[in-house]
Amino acid sequence: MSQVCGGIFTSHVPGIGNAIARGLQQEPYWKPFFDGFNPVHQWLAREQPDVAVVFYNDHGLNFFLDKMPTFAIGAASEYRHEDEGWGIAFQRPFIGHPALSWHIIEEVVESEFDPVTCQSMVVDHAVAVPYELCWPGTDPFPVRLVPIAINTVQHPLPSPKRCLAFGRAVGRALKSWKGGEKIVVFGTGGLSHQLEGRRAGFINKDYDHFCLDNIGPNPEALLGHSSLDIVELAGSQGVEILNWIAARGALTGDVVELASNYHVPISNTAAATVLFENRELVPA
Amino acid sequence: MPASPKREIYGTDPFDGDLAMRGFALNAMCYSFNTRANRERFAADEETYMAEFNLTEDQKRAVLKRDVLGMLEAGGNVYYLAKLAGILGLNVQALGALQTGRSLDEFKAALLAQGETTRRYVA
Repeated sequence: MSQVCGGIFTSHVPGIGNAIARGLQQEPYWKPFFDGFNPVHQWLAREQPDVAVVFYNDHGLNFFLDKMPTFAIGAASEYRHEDEGWGIAFQRPFIGHPALSWHIIEEVVESEFDPVTCQSMVVDHAVAVPYELCWPGTDPFPVRLVPIAINTVQHPLPSPKRCLAFGRAVGRALKSWKGGEKIVVFGTGGLSHQLEGRRAGFINKDYDHFCLDNIGPNPEALLGHSSLDIVELAGSQGVEILNWIAARGALTGDVVELASNYHVPISNTAAATVLFENRELVPA
Repeated sequence: MPASPKREIYGTDPFDGDLAMRGFALNAMCYSFNTRANRERFAADEETYMAEFNLTEDQKRAVLKRDVLGMLEAGGNVYYLAKLAGILGLNVQALGALQTGRSLDEFKAALLAQGETTRRYVA
């Protein structure tokens, strides 16, 4: 039996990747964000998960607007990060897990979701930055990857309700996987930020705290807003919280927050990192 | 049946089907900038490169004038425009300053003014 041991939810700002590439982790501007990963590193050292299932959004590296899937599931044996336009390409490959990917695809389609399946894809900073944050250095990554992309770029976006249900379908697939691996779920992006327009630089700390306080114990609280409501509340890119909502859905046990770090600002973003333990519910 | 009126959000134009259609050529050009050789070709001759991607006159004008709000109005999506901005030596904070009519220092200061660090750890 596989075990979903927990969840790592974090912002994925490209500037974080730039700070890593330049070794700025201990600079006063960056340290309060990077320090949020100390408990994550301790937890990963203790749990040693084998697989990471990562809910994220692509920002125009793998998907262009000619074909824009609402939900897409990677099923490749290897993924790579590539130059996204500013010259940084992280070198470590991401080893895939095609058998688990196809199991998830089978199960979510059985649950009446209709994902695009990708036997070949590149992953952008929304996967690479969280990986670099969790496993700094040059050793090969110790987990195999199943990337799951959600459209947070081109409206109409899936609703928060749909994302939570999709995540729960993935969670059921993980529970029924017979592989025996330990699995960690990632949700990346957010929290509030807006890059474009006259409202560029918008941050909403009240909404961010509402999300941080509820995503673990009461994710249904986040379903009271539509995706456009979230654009208004969290900024046009703050809607990446949809990735967190889906990832939370994939944690189907008793979810306990072990650490939470909220730091404003990182670039134009209210950045956050949350670590959850997922204790499987034991049938009575 | 007429389309329902669009949601109005201050200073925000959600990137929807209308904008995706309007901006297709501009965003396609920016998508090509994932490749360094394409960035170099654009930098060497912007007008020829824009013509290859069939940019509209509005799109070309906005790019040549470095008019970010104009690029958005012409259907540019900020994730794609960020790749163009990189060629121009602008990061997202510089873009923010240009769009809000502030200096870069003022834009950064406004973000820092909201500074907060809140931590919860289970021992």
